[in-house]
Amino acid sequence: MEWSEWALSLAVFIPAVGAVVTMLIPRAQEELIKWVALLTTLGALGVVVAILVDFDYDRGGELQFAVDNRWIDVINSRYHVAVDGISLPLLALSAFITVLCVIYSWNHFPEPHNPKAFLTLMLVLEVGMNGTFVAQDLILFFIFFEIVLLPMFFMIGVWGGPNREYASIKFFLFTLFGSALMLLGFLALYFKVDTPVGNSFDMVVLGEAAGAGLSNTTAQLIFAALFLGFAIKVPMFPFHTWLPDAHTEAPTVGSVLLAAILLKLGTYGFVRIALPMVPEAAEDWAPWIGLLAVIGIIYGALGCLAQRDMKRLIAFSSVAHMGFVMLGISTMTDFGINAAIFGMVAHGLITGMLFFIAGSVQHNFHTREMSRLGGLLQQAPKMGWILGFCAMASLGLPGLAGFWGEFPAILSAFQPLSTLPEETFRTYMVIAAIGTVLAAGYLLWMLAKVAFGTPKPEFEHAHVHDVNAFEWASWLPILVLIVALGVYPNLLFKVTDDAVTRTTDGIAEVLGAEQP
Amino acid sequence: MNPVFDWHALAPDVVLAATIVVVLVADLVLPERAVWQTSRIASLGVLASLVPIVTLADHANDVRTMFSGAYVVDNYALALKAFFLVATYVTILLSVDYIEEGDYYKGEFYFLLLTSVLGMSIMTSARDLITIFVALETISIPTFILAAYRKHDRVSNEAGVKYYIIGVLSSALMLYGMSLIFGVTGSTLLSDIRAHLETVGTEPLLAVAIFLSIVGFAFKVSAVPFHFWAPDTYEGAPTPVTAFLSVASKAGGFVALLNIVFFGFATEAASDLWWGALWALAALSMTLGNLAALRQTNLVRMLAYSSVAQGGFMLVPFAAAGIAGARGDASVAGTSFEAVVIYLLVYGAMNLGAFAVVIAVARRTRSAEISTYRGLFATSPALALTMTAFMASLAGIPPLAGWFAKFVMFRSALEAGTGWAVSLAVVAAVNSVIAFFYYAGVIRAMWFQPSEGEDRTPIRVPPALSGAIALTTAVTLVIGVYPQLFARVGELAVGS
Repeated sequence: MEWSEWALSLAVFIPAVGAVVTMLIPRAQEELIKWVALLTTLGALGVVVAILVDFDYDRGGELQFAVDNRWIDVINSRYHVAVDGISLPLLALSAFITVLCVIYSWNHFPEPHNPKAFLTLMLVLEVGMNGTFVAQDLILFFIFFEIVLLPMFFMIGVWGGPNREYASIKFFLFTLFGSALMLLGFLALYFKVDTPVGNSFDMVVLGEAAGAGLSNTTAQLIFAALFLGFAIKVPMFPFHTWLPDAHTEAPTVGSVLLAAILLKLGTYGFVRIALPMVPEAAEDWAPWIGLLAVIGIIYGALGCLAQRDMKRLIAFSSVAHMGFVMLGISTMTDFGINAAIFGMVAHGLITGMLFFIAGSVQHNFHTREMSRLGGLLQQAPKMGWILGFCAMASLGLPGLAGFWGEFPAILSAFQPLSTLPEETFRTYMVIAAIGTVLAAGYLLWMLAKVAFGTPKPEFEHAHVHDVNAFEWASWLPILVLIVALGVYPNLLFKVTDDAVTRTTDGIAEVLGAEQP
Repeated sequence: MNPVFDWHALAPDVVLAATIVVVLVADLVLPERAVWQTSRIASLGVLASLVPIVTLADHANDVRTMFSGAYVVDNYALALKAFFLVATYVTILLSVDYIEEGDYYKGEFYFLLLTSVLGMSIMTSARDLITIFVALETISIPTFILAAYRKHDRVSNEAGVKYYIIGVLSSALMLYGMSLIFGVTGSTLLSDIRAHLETVGTEPLLAVAIFLSIVGFAFKVSAVPFHFWAPDTYEGAPTPVTAFLSVASKAGGFVALLNIVFFGFATEAASDLWWGALWALAALSMTLGNLAALRQTNLVRMLAYSSVAQGGFMLVPFAAAGIAGARGDASVAGTSFEAVVIYLLVYGAMNLGAFAVVIAVARRTRSAEISTYRGLFATSPALALTMTAFMASLAGIPPLAGWFAKFVMFRSALEAGTGWAVSLAVVAAVNSVIAFFYYAGVIRAMWFQPSEGEDRTPIRVPPALSGAIALTTAVTLVIGVYPQLFARVGELAVGS
């Protein structure tokens, strides 16, 4: 047995083993449970790091570490996992953030405490997240895509804020609605697409077939089903309404995982499934997706300005940022999709970080009302500076990671795929550029409210902890990465470019279009 | 012509019949304090009749036909016989303590239960209208009595009487439909009926005949709009009986429908006569069953409506097969048949499991109100976890077994691929989202809401009940993660 045949399965299922172990440990042994969870996530991260080392970056466009085994013969579905340059960064992000979430949780378990259940759920969540990024079979993808739902549902519903029951069920029903229709889309792809090997759920085969043999109506319907599944997850305007509720009520770690990884499952689905498998329909839909993306950018920004709750503001900023990602994807160019993937990673790091800080602010002040906060720089200067740093990164300051997600995405709209309407996308470009100004506005406004000024009388004598050891341990790696990716973006672009070019070239060839 | 008896093929039913006699005699002979032994005899008998099924399955792909084709033992029949016996074994596990602790006739309970199962076992092999009818009555008549088994309880009496009247009415309709079919085709054998439909074609009278018999089955499987007996009967009957009704008895109706539709009516010309009715039954059952379930505060009533909705999901493959069959595409029939069989098996495991937890919790609370489940995770985490698994599985969330059942159901509709079939799949998809809302209601009560009761110690679950919960949980998990293991059963069934 080669190590490369086991690597991805290990990365996905080590957390599953850990979840079983934590479930078997008696609830009272909290320390042991925490250590098991930490070592498990570290183990998964270790495997992912080994994959990062072994990955052949010169062949980033090809699937590596592939395993293709029999799984459910009756429905012709196989256990096919592999990574290429598109999925690798996201897999790494997922394994990385989960470890930090375990560290952050160490002394921060929200009410009703119960680390055993909390960490078990987090490990199950990691199985779903890692699995989604490596699955190369539509049914396997669907299973992993759905596995994340229940743990997040419980995280919000059990450990969430006052309105948690509403938020958790809303989150679940929205996503379930999308994924139910998405499954119908997968089945239609299976039965209707002509591939060299007959009916197939294999994502590679379907990607190469690129919707051959589909009538226009069928292709449109399939894309509509896939679009709903992924757009709700992203979430795109107007399907975003579950997001602010879920984020506001979720416990800190839940918000971080939701923002950093779960939203990416949707955008990843667009890049990996919806665009390459039904390119002709995608071409028809692209201008509309672009429109919804820029509406999301502006709407999200305006939504931010209307918030009083810090977490809710960050949630709306997610809607705006994911708008940039979707704008990049909707251009269907290698430039745009590279930017989109960079945007996914950057948003995962930065927004994840902002949610961490919001959690610590709430831990200190027991409120996230921005009108009641102020003077964080005086009371907890380190935390205040980190908040400022992250706000800068989020608004797209050059030199930090956020810039390379946002700026190229805007730029890519200048020159979309040759068969797409150029003027329309240039208009989008202008609107998106205005969106960055608004982003600067709301982020600086938040910073001013929370960090600047003097503490409000009610908190004047409050005992405020500055960043503690656990927070440093979980935050520092993210901060380093934000700077590293900002200074040297090729760190990521070099990984993704081959795979993205391969995807977009395939699409362009089917459409008879030219890359700009 | 002398009938040929293949005793090996008949062995499962013979062992079961012998057990019934032994149980009845034991109940008469044993002293009062030893009557509980009947449950042991019954469960041993059920396990014993699984033995010949295993030996028969060893001769894979043998089709043993008897009584000029009226009684067939093939892989499909064996798979479902095994399912019914295992489901009965679980039902006995659920019943032991319930019956023991209540003021019930003990021996007769198992006698009636096993008689009903004998009907189911015969049903799996029945390929003849008369045999199907006799099997169906053998299933139904004992359950009328079982539904009213809490004889001092007026609700239970109402349950029994309602079930009885509806059951007799549906039998009458079905029998009339069958007699018309016999009149048109000149035979009660399904294979002859099919041959007649293929060669001679259809006629208007046949449409009436098929419609009437389908309506009869619709009552049996509690499809909307013939479902209204189900919630009252389910709520009134003793809970183990409800579990049995909602799983085994319902499956018996579905097996009858499978036999009659796929072995009798699935010709190109005849498909047009029935797919519309099944499409409507499926869509109505899913939608109205779910909408009614949303409003329930009692878990047993909710499960009753949910079983109506689940029945709707199971009807989708029938409609898909009919739609494709009417266009001359016979290939979908295999997928659809397989889908129904798989759905039945999965549904059996998860629904019995849910009822097992209901019975366990009711041992303390004496109630099935959803509000009594509040805070269950804090007091009895194991029960809450297993119940969560069953609810999520019923809702079709991976990686629990329910997803695979839903998946094969969707697959049959998409394979048929016409506008009607796909629109039915969309109705099913929307309904599976609605369904999650009420299943989640139970999960929310157990996990998110604080306990109200004074007693915060874990609920004590007797061994038999624990066994039932463990068995159903294991099946639900294993099928969910590795459906192939189980799908072989469905595949074998279709192969024959």
